[in-house]
Amino acid sequence: MNSAPGAITMPHHSSNAGAFDAERVRGDFPILREKVNGRPLVYLDNAATSQKPRAVLDAMQHYYAADNANIHRGVHTLSVRATDAYEGARVKVQQFLGAQRPEEIVFVRSATEAVNLVANTWGRANLKPGDEVLITVMEHHSNIVPWQMICEQTGAVLRVAPINDDGELLLDEFETLLKPGKTRIVSAAHVSNALGTINPVREMVRLAHQGGAIIMLDGAQAAPHMAVDVRALGCDFYIVSGHKMYGPTGIGALYGRYDLLNAMPPYQGGGDMILSVTFEKTTYNCVPYKFEAGTPNIAGTIGLGAAVDYLRSIGISTIAAWEHELLDYGTRALRDIPGVRLIGTAKDKAAVLSFLVGDIHPHDVGTILDQQGIAIRTGHHCAQPVMDRFGVAATARASFAFYNTKQEIDALAAGIRKAIEVFGT
Amino acid sequence: MTDLQDLYQELILDHNKRPRNFGTIDHPDCRAQGFNPLCGDRVDIFLMLEGGVIRDVRFEGKGCAISTASASIMTDAVKGKTIEQARALFEQFHDLLTVSSDDPIDAEALGKLAAFSGVRQYPARVKCATLAWHTLNAALKNHDQPISTE
Repeated sequence: MNSAPGAITMPHHSSNAGAFDAERVRGDFPILREKVNGRPLVYLDNAATSQKPRAVLDAMQHYYAADNANIHRGVHTLSVRATDAYEGARVKVQQFLGAQRPEEIVFVRSATEAVNLVANTWGRANLKPGDEVLITVMEHHSNIVPWQMICEQTGAVLRVAPINDDGELLLDEFETLLKPGKTRIVSAAHVSNALGTINPVREMVRLAHQGGAIIMLDGAQAAPHMAVDVRALGCDFYIVSGHKMYGPTGIGALYGRYDLLNAMPPYQGGGDMILSVTFEKTTYNCVPYKFEAGTPNIAGTIGLGAAVDYLRSIGISTIAAWEHELLDYGTRALRDIPGVRLIGTAKDKAAVLSFLVGDIHPHDVGTILDQQGIAIRTGHHCAQPVMDRFGVAATARASFAFYNTKQEIDALAAGIRKAIEVFGT
Repeated sequence: MTDLQDLYQELILDHNKRPRNFGTIDHPDCRAQGFNPLCGDRVDIFLMLEGGVIRDVRFEGKGCAISTASASIMTDAVKGKTIEQARALFEQFHDLLTVSSDDPIDAEALGKLAAFSGVRQYPARVKCATLAWHTLNAALKNHDQPISTE
């Protein structure tokens, strides 16, 4: 690669084309040329992790091949380049999420770590016995367990807002559970990973603030698929996962309102999070560095920045429109198959289809589809409480990205029919 | 591409559809519960023992075709066997699932368990086939703790 330091080769896509050309963007993803079990890969497990475009792979390769150095240290050229690329990624994420200042973006290793960071720092400093933390029944385990742990340590109580049979949040119940002076924080998925439900987050933010609570939104399943503007939403914290938004694994970001982050104690101790250290007293660094102890995932952060550039080059509204078309097409295709039951039928949904095929266990469906090169997720999707809510142990889940096509959905439907044939139900 | 029929043999589909020895034993001599956290599968094994012999064995639970059929065929296979014989059978079964597919299998010793020979082509599914056996082992050790395949 001959580009200037930090530069990234970026494909150009028309973001205002009437019909989206999924075939064209597929060329940006090397892995989509893979064959699995002799068939072309049909990758429908995007809610678990998305595939990576060449631009992301190149950006990371470029960092290691041309710019590799530690950041925020040293005066040498490579360290400056690496620091610029790392901090450049922070600005990209800030702009992508509509945050006011780059300092409001804290890099973490995963969305899970972001929840743990807030639970441990904000939670430890603010939760008292009898206080309440409100989540919803559709949360991923990563937005349940850290709260259970901090509640156990602080004496706070965890409350859970219920959903209806379509998988939609019961806003009335949510409001009832918000107790002024008692509920200190709400933490909820923007989009459910298991059901695809898009939560009424604006209304949830309004209600939370009205009750005097702060609110954190887990946007791991939202940010790759729809426009997110944290200031328009008015939320206090927002979380994204790098690898679910076409970036690498091992990197995520926490958005936090500056005054909140500033008032929070540090998360982990170590290098980079300090201003000065003596054995008598350590002075912590400012936001966001006080939350970024140790050498961070520099390559991953640069990769995430490249992923944001890539997403913006296609256009998030173009992506949302095409994925909505895939969702409609996929919903019809699955409903046409006798015995298929959709779990999660919210009116406002992201492109996730969780389903059961007669009484065939999802794992068996998954194996039969895999034999045809089709990758889906099967199991409880790290959301056992929501599985319990629907009285199932597991579901099969097809989750779409903008590089998926209607032909791939046809292949999925044919694969499901094959499973029915094998099991004779 | 391996043939799906290698994995989903008739005998497996049959035991999945009509599991044998399915249900509970009211006052079992020992029992254990097994989980596969990967997929949320669960199996409960109940045992009646008499002088080191498995007099009765039943199971309950929720699982995929491989794990349900494995529990069903296992209960048929170990009923009337001594504890030592049951453990030896698990070892043979475990070998069947984990050895190279080129190695010959001892179909005679394995009996109906040989139907699971196709599972070794599907490494992601080996735990499904062994869950009931691990749970049986735990029950024989009279552990009250739930066991896990992880």
